[in-house]
Amino acid sequence: MYNKVVMDHFKNPRNVGEMENPDAVGEVGNPLCGDMMHIYLKVKEDKIDDISFQTFGCGSAIAVSSMLTEMAKGKSLEEAKQLSNQDIADALEGLPKNKMHCSNLGADALHQAIQDYEARRDGVKLKEPQPQRKEIHEHGEGENCYCPYCSVELDEDSPTFCSACQSDLGEEH
Amino acid sequence: MTFLNLDHISANPLAPEVKDTMIQAIRSDYHNPSSQHQAGEYAAELLEDARQKTAQLLGARDPKEIVFTSNGTESVNHALKGVAYANKEKGKHIITSNIEHNSIHRSLKRLTSQGFKVTSLPVDEGGRVDPKEVEKAITEETILVSIMHSNNETGTIQPIEEIGKVVKDHHILFHTDAVDSVGLVPLDVQKLHADLLSFASNTMYGPSGVGGLYIHQGTRLFPLLDGGTQENSKRAGAENLIGILGHGKAAELALHNMDSRQKHLTHLKELLLRELPNYIDEYIINTNLDHSLPHLINISIKYIEGESVMLMLSEEDIAVATKSACATGSLRASHVLLSLGLSHADAQGTLVISFGQENTEEDVYRFLGALKNIVDSLRAMSPLYKKADQATTQQ
Repeated sequence: MYNKVVMDHFKNPRNVGEMENPDAVGEVGNPLCGDMMHIYLKVKEDKIDDISFQTFGCGSAIAVSSMLTEMAKGKSLEEAKQLSNQDIADALEGLPKNKMHCSNLGADALHQAIQDYEARRDGVKLKEPQPQRKEIHEHGEGENCYCPYCSVELDEDSPTFCSACQSDLGEEH
Repeated sequence: MTFLNLDHISANPLAPEVKDTMIQAIRSDYHNPSSQHQAGEYAAELLEDARQKTAQLLGARDPKEIVFTSNGTESVNHALKGVAYANKEKGKHIITSNIEHNSIHRSLKRLTSQGFKVTSLPVDEGGRVDPKEVEKAITEETILVSIMHSNNETGTIQPIEEIGKVVKDHHILFHTDAVDSVGLVPLDVQKLHADLLSFASNTMYGPSGVGGLYIHQGTRLFPLLDGGTQENSKRAGAENLIGILGHGKAAELALHNMDSRQKHLTHLKELLLRELPNYIDEYIINTNLDHSLPHLINISIKYIEGESVMLMLSEEDIAVATKSACATGSLRASHVLLSLGLSHADAQGTLVISFGQENTEEDVYRFLGALKNIVDSLRAMSPLYKKADQATTQQ
């Protein structure tokens, strides 16, 4: 099901655990399957000095969290902001297509932690984060539809097929 | 480490006697049972012997009431679509439950798109359909009621005798999907008031690729496959004779060994339930233990996700099934678990453990030891566990 890199990070996750006195925290959940990810940061001179994670989720969610912490460690905040879900999935040498959303969760958690750091630093109150993915709904309710696998907004003309990740979707998505 | 199968609901090994029967059949190059010459007639005799044994297992009065198919899914499709198409002049309403297998669920979805109406009944806290609710749902348009005998995820057995009686009092056709029951628990189509009953051979240590449908004599339904006159014209196409002969042996063994098998499986299940609290805490048993298959337990372990547990057990050569949303192609939490009132988070931590004849007490302890370590390490990683822990400390 998973490749060797994913299995290695799943079995031997790096940087696991809650951090004492973190400088910032990013917390995201996936409404689709109930996964949850927490990212903790220590920042020195605008660089990620230390990072750790806690994740409630499947093998790929754990592997994504672990890979993400390895990739982000030592990066400047600006560099870390550029880290995308695709970068994480590529570093893991690929995820099954119905698990691509787990890599979104990772990137979201990191970006949210950075926002939290900047807000604390600048003394600004952080706005409630807006969920990027929508709950599953029956198509035809007059709202935009998003692919449950890769979060891309679906084409109105073909709401049961995602052209971005080539997934066949049912009427509910 | 030796492989430990605790996922018998997905695959049972072939019984050794079934293997011997099938190898013998492969070596014998049996002819086509539909052929009129001696070689064909001999093959037909063997086929009928397997049918006879199956009829005996199900309590069918006439072996002709057994139609062999390629699996449980085909049997279910045949029952539902066959009845719907043949009886649509009488009515277009079908009653089922919220916890049926996808073969039922999707067949009915297909029929809905063709103008049929479906009422899907909820289950109570114990995961069972109330026969009174079935009666309430019946209308003049109702042509078929289909309720599963036992659930493939929770192992909970439905009150099929009572439901069957209600349905027959209204002179409506009754189908039960007994794919996960036949061969594991004693059942009798007469007592169940079933007009149609689906089964699969693998449940009773027979081969995959063989299933069947009991069709009470006189039941009006169309075949799913059109073609030759095999299976009394109810299922066209050359029979899978090697598989069916293996199945015949499996049915014979199931009938003779029913008591001892049930006793062994129940013993292992009870041992697991008794020992479980000594290894892990904070879990929910989703199986109705008063009405359940002898070999299956469905548990939700809090604060962790089932696919992770399954993968870690797999690393230790232990196979279990999970019903977490992450482990399904659709990423949807199990409709069966949600029907029981479980939250999405709790449904995520669901494991289905199903024993088989070859399992031993040592297997139960090996599983429990491995599970404890895995649960500990995943909980240490889980933000939900931390939150729950803090909430308890604050109280």
